[in-house]
Parts: sequence; structure tokens; C-alpha cells
Amino acid sequence: MDNSKFIAKHVAGLPKSGIRDFFDIVAKMKDAISLGVGEPDFDTPWHIREAGIYALEKGKTHYTSNLGLIELRRAISKYVEKNYSVSYSPENEILITVGVSEALDLACRALINPGDKVMYHQPCYVSYMPGIVLAHGIAVPVPTFAKDNFALTVDALRAAWQPGCKLLMLNLPCNPTGGTCDRAQIEAIAKFAVEKDLIVLSDEIYSELTFEGVHTSIASIPGMKERTIFLHGFSKAFAMTGWRIGYACGPATLIEAMMKVHQYSMLCASIIAQEGAIEALVRGEDAMKKMRDQYHRRRDFIVRRFNEIGLKCHLPRGSFYAFPDISKTGMNEKDFAIGLLQETKVAIVPGSAFGENGKGFCRACFATSYEQLIEAGNRIEKYVQNLAKK
Amino acid sequence: MNPVLKLLLEGGSLTTAQMAQVLKLSEADVNRELDTLKKNGVLLGMRPILNLSQEDSGVVRAVIEVRLTPERGGGFNRLAGRIARFDEVESCYLMSGGYDLMIIVNGASLQKVAAFVSEKLSTIEGVLSTATHFMLRSYKEHGFLIENAAQENERLKVAP
Repeated sequence: MDNSKFIAKHVAGLPKSGIRDFFDIVAKMKDAISLGVGEPDFDTPWHIREAGIYALEKGKTHYTSNLGLIELRRAISKYVEKNYSVSYSPENEILITVGVSEALDLACRALINPGDKVMYHQPCYVSYMPGIVLAHGIAVPVPTFAKDNFALTVDALRAAWQPGCKLLMLNLPCNPTGGTCDRAQIEAIAKFAVEKDLIVLSDEIYSELTFEGVHTSIASIPGMKERTIFLHGFSKAFAMTGWRIGYACGPATLIEAMMKVHQYSMLCASIIAQEGAIEALVRGEDAMKKMRDQYHRRRDFIVRRFNEIGLKCHLPRGSFYAFPDISKTGMNEKDFAIGLLQETKVAIVPGSAFGENGKGFCRACFATSYEQLIEAGNRIEKYVQNLAKK
Repeated sequence: MNPVLKLLLEGGSLTTAQMAQVLKLSEADVNRELDTLKKNGVLLGMRPILNLSQEDSGVVRAVIEVRLTPERGGGFNRLAGRIARFDEVESCYLMSGGYDLMIIVNGASLQKVAAFVSEKLSTIEGVLSTATHFMLRSYKEHGFLIENAAQENERLKVAP
């Protein structure tokens, strides 16, 4: 029986993630050095893990309110006000979600009518376009370029804009490019959003991992709080990827709409993860800064190495990804990455897994040990030298 | 903090050549930095951290609380310095509270540690009393967990 005919058209039409394809190849390779991951190499700091254990011991095994534990929402409200200069009421402007991924999905489902257009910059995280399509929206990519250090420019936004655009998704600092925008650029984007009457979904999951300058949240720009949904979580800065815990902050009416979807689908985020998240916010700053310092130094090293090797790489201001341009080798990014893996057992991810505009680039995650980074650098160097000889 | 020192503290066991590569220095520069750190008394030395329960030779370790008579002029310093010089003494600290010195002692056997305490340590003039606590098992050594030493990294090889 051909049961594929039962699959909904908009799901059947979604391409398989490029990362998934690549994962299948890497998984078969033994002892590969992987710069292909999208998560910290640190385990969650022990005091946070211990808070999770304690929660279990105390019998915290029940549902929480749909919005999430009020103690956590209060802690988030304080944290966001202190670090992002925008204040949200714990009572009705904050929703705890299962990772930022769920928050993003909720926002799409709560705000998109079939046929609404959603702008997002690209290359970008693999779920943006599918998230829009699954909510029956139309994805409108906006390119970012190496010449701008992958910052999102208003020129690109204007060029891509079309009638019917309702939402703008931002991810700054960006996975996979590490690109971000300074305050002036954010202000210009905010002005554009007001002019075109857009709601902004701002995924700021890498914001703590900003190495130079100060991270500016678009929600903090005057006039933007009312049209921004600020999305954040614990995965990257607090090394809590497996806990699946994130949150959305925004105007009460929009949060209430997202909460409706959340309530009928997820009900609430895991209480254990919520307890761990409270600990992370209240006492996790030192451990977080220590990890950030280490990423910072590793970034300086690996970016320098890529440039020495002759693969032009901009200095990513945030995140833990380097995004070198491999086009000079004369290969496309997929062949380059597969060849590198097969010949030297180093895994990096072809940039096209993150959209059309990632062509000619590869993503290398530097959240791994110095030993591995040094060795990976040396192997990539040899591989590129051999390519040049051919 | 000195960048070489920072890397030493976080970098696991990098060779000086690897450290040079990370810091974009020559190997000679790294060695010079290390020498300066040693000369300034910041870096006392570098040694491997062992899981002693895996050591065949058998090492007995004890923490000893020592009470001393302080001296006019130097306080505990002269006696502490004298005790610290014994090869058996791995570490020696002046403490607040119910006793004065805490020393950590290594010996090849229980008898050897006992002999050190009864023949050397407690016979020093000025040592009022000693209390010896033998270590039974180690769970963590200088930041390294013993149990999970060989645990494999469970991260996926590729993730979005």
C-alpha cells in the first residue's frame, strides 16, 4: 500500500534537512574530529544539574502552569531587564517553552494566516523556513553577505520585501554565520519594521556569546517592544541543549495567543528543566562567563587558522561558529566537506545546509577542545594544500 | 592573566608547540614565558595528576592535623617550613580553627606513614599534638573526576 499519499502536501513538500544528510555520512565514520555540532562541548554546569536532581528528590514531577513556573518567569523578567534593557511582566508577558524551537513554532502558528509572508535572513538556522511553511506561511529569504560580516542590512531587507510581508525573523548573533548587527544597524532594521508594519520575531539564543561590543536587542529600541517577540533560551549560553528549555517575551495579547497553541499542544515545559533554568539564571552567571571566555579564545585561534590556510573567514562577533569561504578551492561546499571528511576525518557542515546563500561556505563549530581544533586546523591545511596541487 | 598561564589552566595537556600555535607565538616565546612564570614564583612546576587507585605501587595518603607552639617573631613560619621540607609531605597549610597546620603526607605503606608521624613529626620540638586521618578513597583529584575519567563524549557528531 502506498501510504505516502496520506501525508499532508505542505509536509511532503518540505526538503529533508541538509544537516540530516550529512549526519548520516559522519555517523558511519569512526574517530572523526567533529566541528559539525551545534552545541557547547561543556556539560551543563554541575550546580544546575544538581538543582534538577534536587527538584526530582523533592517530588517536583507534576505539570506547571501553562505559562511556566512563576518563579522562573520572575527570574527571566529580571534577567532580561538587566541584560537586554527591556522589561516584561512575569504575569502575562512571558511564556516558558520547550526550547526556542517551540517558541518559534508557536509564534509562527499564532501569527501566520495561510499565505502570509515571513521575511528571514539567510544563511540561517535550519528550521526557520520549514517553521514558516508548516504554519502555511510563505518564506521570503533575505540574503546576508560575507562583505558585511553577515550582518543584516536594510538594503537587503528593502530589496527582498514584497507586499503581504507580515513578520520578520531575526537571529543575531546568527547560526551559522556568527554575524550580528551593531546598535545603529538594529535601529535601522527597527525603523524598517515600523515602516512596513512588521512584527519581529527575534531569536537571541546566542546573545550572551557576543565577543566584541554590546549585544543590542531590537525589543529595547523605543517603539519596538509592542511589535517584537523576544525569543531566548538556555541551550547555548548555559550549555543546556538537552534540557529543552526556552522562553518567549512579548506584548500580552501576542503571548496569550501563543499560549493558546502551547496549551493545546505542549501543555507546559518539563518542570525539572524549569527548576534547572531558575538555578541557571540566579547563580549561573560566573560559569557562563567562563565558558564564553573559552569560546572567545578558541574563536580567535580557529578563525586565524582558516585565514592562514587561505580560506577567507570573517571574524564572527558572536555564537560559536566560524563560517569560512571555501570557494577559492574551486570546489562546491558539499564536495569540499565530504572530501575533507573522507580524506582527513574532519567533519564540518556545508553552508548550503543553511540555505542558498550559504553556498561556497562551510560552518565549523569551535566549541571543542584546543587539541581537536589544532589537529583539525592542521588536517584542513593539508587537505587544501593537496587540492591546490591537483 | 598571563595568556600562557591561562592556556595552561584551561587547555588540558597541550605541548609547548601546540600552545605556540594557539597563541601565535614561537615555541621559544612560550618557553620564555614559562621560564619567567617559574622565575617569578607563579608557576611552581607541572606534574601529572594520577588516579592513585590505579597505581600498582600502592600509595597511602593521610591528612595530618598538627598543633604547634608559636614562636615570638616568626609565629608558625619556622616550624611550618621545617615540616614542609620532608619528602613525605606533599602539601602543608596554616589553618584557622582547632589546629594549626594541615599537612598531606604520602607514603608507600601505612607503616611508613606511621613511622614518619611518630619518629619525625611528633618529635620536633614545638609540635604539641598530631591527629592522622588516612584517606580511604579519592573521588576527585585537582579538578578531575575519578569515576568519569574515561567517559565518552555523548554529543552527536553533527547537529543543527
